[in-house]
Amino acid sequence: MSDVLDRADIGHNEGDDHLKIVGTRPVRPDGADKVTGRAAYGADFNMPGQLVGKVLRSPHAHARIVSIDARKARALPGVKAVITGDDFPNLADEFHEGGEAASNLRDMAMNVIARDKALYHGHAVAAVAAISSAIADEALALINVTYEVLPHVIEVEDAMAEGAPLLHRHMFTEGLEARPDKPSNVAKRNRIARGDLDAGFAAADVIVEGRYTTKATHQGYIEPHATVASWAADGQCNVWSSSQGQFMVRTYCAKVLGKEISDIRVTPAEIGGGFGGKTVVYLEPLALALSRESGHPVKMVMSREEVFRATGPTSGAVMHVKLGAKTDGTLTAADVELKYQAGAFPGSPVGAGSMTALACYDIPAFRITGYDVVTNTPKVAAYRAPGAPISAFAVESAMDDLALKLGIDPIALREKNAVRNGTKASYGPTYQNIGYLETLQAIKDTEHYRTPLGPNQGRGMAVGFWFNVGGESTAAVNINEDGTAVVVTGNPDIGGSRASMAMMAAETLGIAVEKVRPMVADTASIGFSMLTGGSRTTFATGMAVVQSAEKVIAELKRRAALIWDVAADHVIWKDGAAYCLDPAKADEKPLTLEAIAGQSARTGGPITGQTSLNAQGAGPGFAAHLCDVEIDPETGHVTVLRYTASQDVGRAIHPAYVEGQIQGGVAQGVGWALNEEYIFDRDGHMENAGFLDYRVPVASDLPMIDAILVEVPNPRHPFGAKGVGEVPIVPPLAAVANAIRQATGVRMADLPLSPPKIRAVLDAKGA
Amino acid sequence: MSKQHVSTTVNGDPVEFLADPGMTLLDALRDELDLTGSKEGCGSGDCGACSVILDGRLVCSCLVLAPEAEGRRVETIEGLAHGSRLHPLQQKFLEHAALQCGFCTPGLLMASKALLDVNPDPTETEVRYWLAGNLCRCTGYDKIVRAVMDAAAELRQERV
Repeated sequence: MSDVLDRADIGHNEGDDHLKIVGTRPVRPDGADKVTGRAAYGADFNMPGQLVGKVLRSPHAHARIVSIDARKARALPGVKAVITGDDFPNLADEFHEGGEAASNLRDMAMNVIARDKALYHGHAVAAVAAISSAIADEALALINVTYEVLPHVIEVEDAMAEGAPLLHRHMFTEGLEARPDKPSNVAKRNRIARGDLDAGFAAADVIVEGRYTTKATHQGYIEPHATVASWAADGQCNVWSSSQGQFMVRTYCAKVLGKEISDIRVTPAEIGGGFGGKTVVYLEPLALALSRESGHPVKMVMSREEVFRATGPTSGAVMHVKLGAKTDGTLTAADVELKYQAGAFPGSPVGAGSMTALACYDIPAFRITGYDVVTNTPKVAAYRAPGAPISAFAVESAMDDLALKLGIDPIALREKNAVRNGTKASYGPTYQNIGYLETLQAIKDTEHYRTPLGPNQGRGMAVGFWFNVGGESTAAVNINEDGTAVVVTGNPDIGGSRASMAMMAAETLGIAVEKVRPMVADTASIGFSMLTGGSRTTFATGMAVVQSAEKVIAELKRRAALIWDVAADHVIWKDGAAYCLDPAKADEKPLTLEAIAGQSARTGGPITGQTSLNAQGAGPGFAAHLCDVEIDPETGHVTVLRYTASQDVGRAIHPAYVEGQIQGGVAQGVGWALNEEYIFDRDGHMENAGFLDYRVPVASDLPMIDAILVEVPNPRHPFGAKGVGEVPIVPPLAAVANAIRQATGVRMADLPLSPPKIRAVLDAKGA
Repeated sequence: MSKQHVSTTVNGDPVEFLADPGMTLLDALRDELDLTGSKEGCGSGDCGACSVILDGRLVCSCLVLAPEAEGRRVETIEGLAHGSRLHPLQQKFLEHAALQCGFCTPGLLMASKALLDVNPDPTETEVRYWLAGNLCRCTGYDKIVRAVMDAAAELRQERV
């Protein structure tokens, strides 16, 4: 049973009055396990007889692998397997749409383990499996790799320069008018344009222009990557791992190892944070290959240092923005250039960065040019609204400068140029049912917006956009014989989605949420679902849950009609019970779900509903943020004093977890703005590969974060939900920077705005 | 390298295990005693996911050697609830939605317990600084701080 598309006419959007569960804040169904230490994450799973797997990583940022001699390692007692790139098939280019961004499977395979070249410091070169961690470490030290060290390149503009060391000799820039005759580190140039740019700037009374840079930052999930994999003698594979998608792990493992998908079963562990960084595989194919070679299950867990050196991060970038406007604030033209680091393989989020850069604005003429540039750094992975916070930092900083130059309130300037329903978005489609202006109004209505500032303090605002996506999901609703229900989905619960699944099912069925048990199933136990990402789960998988519950209701009505011996259309479902409308049977009491379930064996057997769909019509997310900072003139330290974030969430299914998404996104954005950065030494080694030196925000760095939920329902979802997880990280970089500009009187355009940089600005001012 | 015999008390129970001299208390808890509630996020004392209480003092169990636990008292997340009755901190974390992925939660709960053991009426600032050694990447700390303040209030009520 497969519905190709979603339906727009499900009929629940009658207003809040009808909702009993959606919009409330029940305790999450997986909560007790998580506060008692019982929840099993990636590293908490073990199998009898398992070995310890470890990875040998390149000590060079760029080097040809001349030879690998593993004889001594193999001879070490207790070592059961040693693998290198030679143990994996060579793949052709093939793109796979996972739910967050398309991945080239060939590149992913070469990122999992290097073949002829190591492309970054930390790139996997070989792996071992041994009976203990100590022996595995000893074996790694015995592997003799001969490298021919090559010149490397880290910074994006260095990699674009003439004569830069080339990572891939076969790579020619795509997207240019003519095919270039020389290979380049620029994988692709993309361009979005509309209108007459020259005329637009000619019509402007005021022009602002700036160059902006951001550094690579890591998703920073607290749980390192971990997996246990078993390759049985008959070739059947089992994988347990912490990821954002068990089906994604299955597909990628099958491709990287050249296996059939049906040979691999993946069971999702609880996931200890992902933020996009667990939408790809690193360890799983290695663990499977080690298990194949050794005949034992193999467990692999990354160290924090490995997480920093070899996974994630997102791009560092160099950007240029030029805006033209009339004296009344009307934008006439915008020219945006984005250069994003992709890491060792193409695939930076510059495409999304380009599409979102001007998505909040209605501008008659614009041009957005993006460059996807490979560098000798870890291959970037998706990070929460991939690409959007970076371009928003540049555009929103420029908008702030424009507001200042024009003497117009920054919110008024954004309202003046705001996209509305019916506006054709910069990236193509026409907006419908968006709540952007409402989020701006919500900020204006806050007491925060009117509170006076003290000395050394500044206030900044910025806006943000994220598409949100739908995509393929499967869900099942199974009714138990006592009238309770199990909801089964294929999406890892990364931030409370089991709660929203249970709530939507309970609301639809008309039973208490405590009677619904949501489960995240393995790949053999539920139909395909794209991974948890793109803010798609509550929207798309939620839609599949609701449609499954509706199928259950249709069946419950049919069973009631059988029991009453009336026509099916004489039965209605209301508040968890069937009501008989047949005038001839006016005395029949309503049959509750429990009552019908209790006699299901006599009316046709178990009652279940399953839906597979490809959800369309995800409503885009808009956010407006307001931030107050205070600068310590002595140290250059920036304190975030106050933060208010308003967001169009469609409808909040579980408002506390929606607020949590907003607060968490803000915290990550504040870290990106103030502290977080990959720092490389001259050899291209990351110098701060640990949480002590890569400083993510701690509790004492942040104030309470006020989240304002603006609800402009999405008519394409049964309850009006829009994706909420990603857009909250888009505005903070610029909101913080704009606040610092007001506090210092100086535009600072190079993130992070760490104390030494603030001190330098204050010193220059003083001088 | 021969293993050392370690006798200690974990969550009130006497336990014994063999440990390499270099084994951390975290690995002993997780691998020798099957108490996997304490998590390893960094292995260097920077994230607090492995927080336990050792003789009444909050420590990162990844920075304590297992043999150092000899003759001492260790409290872990597995001992926080009384049977199936949750500790007020656990209950308030659930009510306030103070967790998303939940990976940092055991460490944050143990750190919060250690705080309330010594300071039953902390200010928001005191809570924030006490918990500054426990990284959470999901929540932005807002709901965690509220949950701890609320649990503190409830515990004060219970004492009255």
